[in-house]
Amino acid sequence: MAKVIVVTSGKGGVGKTTSSAAIGTGLAMSGAKTVIIDFDIGLRNLDLIMGCERRVVYDLINVINGEANLQQALVKDKRSSDLYIMPASQTRNKDALTKEGVEKVIHDLKADGFEYIICDSPAGIEQGAMMALYFADEAVVTTNPEVSSVRDSDRITGMLSSKSYRSEQQLTPVKVHLLITRYCPERVEKEEMLSIDDIDDLLGIDLLGVIPESQDVLNASNLGEPIILNQECDAGKAYQDAVDRLMGIERDLRFVTYEKKSFLSRIFGG
Amino acid sequence: MGLLQYFRQEKPKKGSAKLAKDRLQIIVAHEHSSAARPAYLPEMQKEIVAVIRKYMEISSNDVKCEFTDKADDDISVLEVNVALPKQHTPF
Repeated sequence: MAKVIVVTSGKGGVGKTTSSAAIGTGLAMSGAKTVIIDFDIGLRNLDLIMGCERRVVYDLINVINGEANLQQALVKDKRSSDLYIMPASQTRNKDALTKEGVEKVIHDLKADGFEYIICDSPAGIEQGAMMALYFADEAVVTTNPEVSSVRDSDRITGMLSSKSYRSEQQLTPVKVHLLITRYCPERVEKEEMLSIDDIDDLLGIDLLGVIPESQDVLNASNLGEPIILNQECDAGKAYQDAVDRLMGIERDLRFVTYEKKSFLSRIFGG
Repeated sequence: MGLLQYFRQEKPKKGSAKLAKDRLQIIVAHEHSSAARPAYLPEMQKEIVAVIRKYMEISSNDVKCEFTDKADDDISVLEVNVALPKQHTPF
């Protein structure tokens, strides 16, 4: 049974596209046919993060308007044979995104055998964001341990339970997962940053994963390679854990405690 | 930094995370209660004010309509609070 998963947050710049790229790539690497749809009409960026920006010809709006078919618009990932990207339009108005249009695209993707349909939401709570979450079965709410991000995550969680297809049709509610990104255990230890428990208390959403703050993320986006492909770094490993949990595999939390360096290791750089 | 100064350093202040959590708890609770509020509430409040104004002089700020969900009791409460001026003069 195909699953539609929205990656959302309310607030901008917290790592939605980075997470969509990582989660989509991770799911595809497990052998599941996966597509990531960029819903950020007018400001597409998923193509850059995935490193396929030069192969974009048609986009989501072209498909909705009948100017291109699904196969023409889907960009095949060059690393994983099970992964496809549906780019957003760079020029159109976001009102071009209609409920009927999105419904048809998702329906056709399911008919085409896609097992995971990842919807990369734009920031805010306007048309693009609402359409990205409307048909979701599950949601990954991306949150930084920071006041404005937590508040916006709470707002978007409310939207998921009141403005989605599942809520309107009174079906089983959208399964909401919390993904904490840019977590810095050292600053949490110093009580300078909200902890996992704090965020859990405030939002009350099931925790999917905690991605530590990492310089490798910028590096990965510079290269156009999803961070999950770098299994040398903590952030890549943490995303892999999150993907495993999404597929129902139990994984212990890693990279969430700060180990103070001992005096000797500080001197000898151990 | 001199060695003496290093030892004299005051204990670092407790971080700001606690305050962040407290502020968020208040704002999140407030936003949840206002999300449960029906959309017609401001309009209804206006109409209530208009009706009372027929009989006595009050300002629109004297009427407060609060809508709360009592999750425990499985009911919602509409509270209308009218503050009358001390010497209200009937028309």
